[in-house]
Amino acid sequence: MKGLKIIVLAKQVPDTRNVGKDAMKADGTVNRAALPAIFNPEDLNALEQALRIKDTYPGTTVTLLTMGPGRAAEIIREGMYRGADNGYLLTDRAFAGSDTLATSYAISCAIKKIDFDLIIAGRQAIDGDTAQVGPQVAEKLGLPQITYAEHINKIVKNRITIQRRLERGIETVTAPLPCLITVNATAPECRPRNAKQLMKFKHAKTVTELQSAVEDYYKLHEDRPYLRIPELSVIDVAADTNWLGLAGSPTKVKAIENVVFVAKDAKQLTADQKDLDWLMGELVANHTLG
Amino acid sequence: MANFYLDNKDLKFHLDHPLMKKIIALKENNFVDKDKFEYAPVDFEDALDSYDKVLEIVGDICGEIIGPNAESVDHEGPEVIDGRVKYARGTQENHEALANAGLIGMSLPRQYGGLNFSMVPYVMAAELVSRADAGFANIWGLQDCAETLNEFASADLKNDFLPRFHQGATAAMDLTEPDAGSDLQAVMLKATYDEKRGEWMLNGVKRFITNGDADVSLVLARSEDGTTDGRGLSLFVYDKAHGGMTVRRIENKLGIKGSPTCELVFKNAPAKLVGDRKLGLIKYVMSLMNGARLGVGAQSVGIAEAAYREGLAYAKERAQFGKAIIHFPAVYEMLTDMEVKVKASRSLLYETTRLVDVYKAYSHLSTERTLDKVEREELKTYQRLADVYTPLLKLFASEYCNQVAYDSLQIHGGSGYMKDYPIERIYRDARITNIYEGTSQLQVVAAIRGVTTGVYLKQLRDYEAQEIRPDLDFIRRDLIEMTDQYEMAVNLVTEVNGKEENNDYLDFHARRLVEMAGHIIMVYLLLNDTMRDAEYEKYAELMVRTAKAENQKRMYYIQNFELKNLGMYKK
Repeated sequence: MKGLKIIVLAKQVPDTRNVGKDAMKADGTVNRAALPAIFNPEDLNALEQALRIKDTYPGTTVTLLTMGPGRAAEIIREGMYRGADNGYLLTDRAFAGSDTLATSYAISCAIKKIDFDLIIAGRQAIDGDTAQVGPQVAEKLGLPQITYAEHINKIVKNRITIQRRLERGIETVTAPLPCLITVNATAPECRPRNAKQLMKFKHAKTVTELQSAVEDYYKLHEDRPYLRIPELSVIDVAADTNWLGLAGSPTKVKAIENVVFVAKDAKQLTADQKDLDWLMGELVANHTLG
Repeated sequence: MANFYLDNKDLKFHLDHPLMKKIIALKENNFVDKDKFEYAPVDFEDALDSYDKVLEIVGDICGEIIGPNAESVDHEGPEVIDGRVKYARGTQENHEALANAGLIGMSLPRQYGGLNFSMVPYVMAAELVSRADAGFANIWGLQDCAETLNEFASADLKNDFLPRFHQGATAAMDLTEPDAGSDLQAVMLKATYDEKRGEWMLNGVKRFITNGDADVSLVLARSEDGTTDGRGLSLFVYDKAHGGMTVRRIENKLGIKGSPTCELVFKNAPAKLVGDRKLGLIKYVMSLMNGARLGVGAQSVGIAEAAYREGLAYAKERAQFGKAIIHFPAVYEMLTDMEVKVKASRSLLYETTRLVDVYKAYSHLSTERTLDKVEREELKTYQRLADVYTPLLKLFASEYCNQVAYDSLQIHGGSGYMKDYPIERIYRDARITNIYEGTSQLQVVAAIRGVTTGVYLKQLRDYEAQEIRPDLDFIRRDLIEMTDQYEMAVNLVTEVNGKEENNDYLDFHARRLVEMAGHIIMVYLLLNDTMRDAEYEKYAELMVRTAKAENQKRMYYIQNFELKNLGMYKK
């Protein structure tokens, strides 16, 4: 089979996994300044799936698409260090304040400008935890969507076979290409950055970054066009501003409150190994241990 | 998100040493590769930035994969199945992660798929991997063999073998045999030239071979029939794919259990000659061993770092008599001593590495163009220093690493003796460092040349003339006194030795003299570090106090020792 053109949707998020005392502001909103910005973990799982397809089917290209402020270009570089070929930064003041509906509209407009066979996204981002953007993008583009994927078994004659992780087991489904897949954290972790890829792409920058950079690598950018990370604006993707930002976001935050979890259902444990293992697993998973 | 590079700012500090400018300039040779390879640096800042960022990858893999795997690898260990080694699951995972990240063949030229890194970042990576898992560091560190091939093998062999490393090939150096350990001149494994096949055939047994079942092995073998010494030995490169070699067994060791130590049987195993016949031991293996000693230096510092961190964390967390034990003088003294040993041996490690870097870069350059007079002089100076600093590093780093691991376990008390904490593994792993690649006793034999030829003394006098911070002159005054004392000690020993023509006398005191020089050198290095970072002031001051007392002790011993006392020690 010839290579595929894959788009990976990725988001830069505040690292909510190692939350310190100053992670929340007094008003209950996330204090983004106190949390390091990272590649959304499940988007890394998604990237790994794309890279595995690239390993299996030579000629495959992996393009990252991310929406965010200028600094989100770091996500594209991080992706390229791991094996992605290029990426687009969807950035415009008009996108600010977008909820999942507006975000998925913006992303779907951008995707219409990019040639692709397959879109892969992480299941959800750790800041919002909605798991809505992937499915909404698929709907807006009229594509089949396969959520909760953890393994891509094969791609034969424009049909992709995928293993999904569901609450009570696994399910294997096939879908025609093009389609959109969202990937779970249970899928294999993303490979580490590669030294050569890093050295090749570390000077990759958007025009905005290049203009404000301290070091002067203009010449390098002229000689090596692949170092340019394209920025896409509202105009570039021909989006209607009425559907973007706060205006395009029906989600209204009424109030934010701290919720103290109270266990609804109790679980009785015995002293056998199975229950102990389960308990350890739970304590590690909710970061009480480790 | 543990990152062993980012959580230890010492490394960046040593990476930013001013000599790096010279090292990178030599290594990159006017940055000629920048038009041929997309990942080659365009200037000094770019190259140094690449070192920094790639080390961040190493630190990430060490913190996230290799470190967390260390315990299971230690428990599982490798096994032999049908004459082949099967790594522990974690070992395989570690190797794949590093290979996929492009971190095998770091110092090889780019034309062979390498990163063309200088020694400093490569050794730093070795330190990081060792902190994560010392046993695994051996498997990864054997990429040194590629460096030896690059230095001495023909173009054909290089084209054949070197690109494999980048693709993840593992390596081994097959030197020792049942009757040839420290004394490699006694190697018996036979290499015979098969006229019909037009290649060399290996027959015999190798023992204590780290990672013996590797894809590519460098084998020291007797190619000259009828010889019995080192001049009859040549170096061969063996490709496992060609068959003829099996693993008879692997050793059950005290530590570094993840690293398979193999007994190998060669039966008509085809191999290719590296370089010239008869130079196997006297030239190539010597070079290989120097690299390996630097590697053990890095490994030792990595283990010591791990041990220190374990001790520190435990002392903070363990409470007795109503407070954390770190607040008891007996404990905090140990911790500070450990910390100083880590800092001092690390400064010695990177100083030595820089010396090796400069002379290696010059000797590579000399194969491409004629060096001018100044360059030739520099090559000689750096090589001479590297030759006496390498055994000093191996000696001190490995001994300190053992001491630090010992004290760290002590801080853990009874818990440290249990399998529940990583320190028991670290303690066992540490124990090999002052044994393999030349025991401490053999490092002294190599280093004593630096004492008798006056290379150390000259270096110490040169250090005296270096610029230091005026407020730290009290440390320099101590060091000058200590240097005078060292000079006196050397004279005392060599006088007796010369008069009585008794080499035993010099050998008997050799370690004392080498250590006296080493202590002073390490304080000078820390003092030099204060020029770039005030934090080292504390370590220089702490180290000079210990060093003074340690040297006093040695001086007292030498002064109160006569030749006739030697008899009491003889067995």
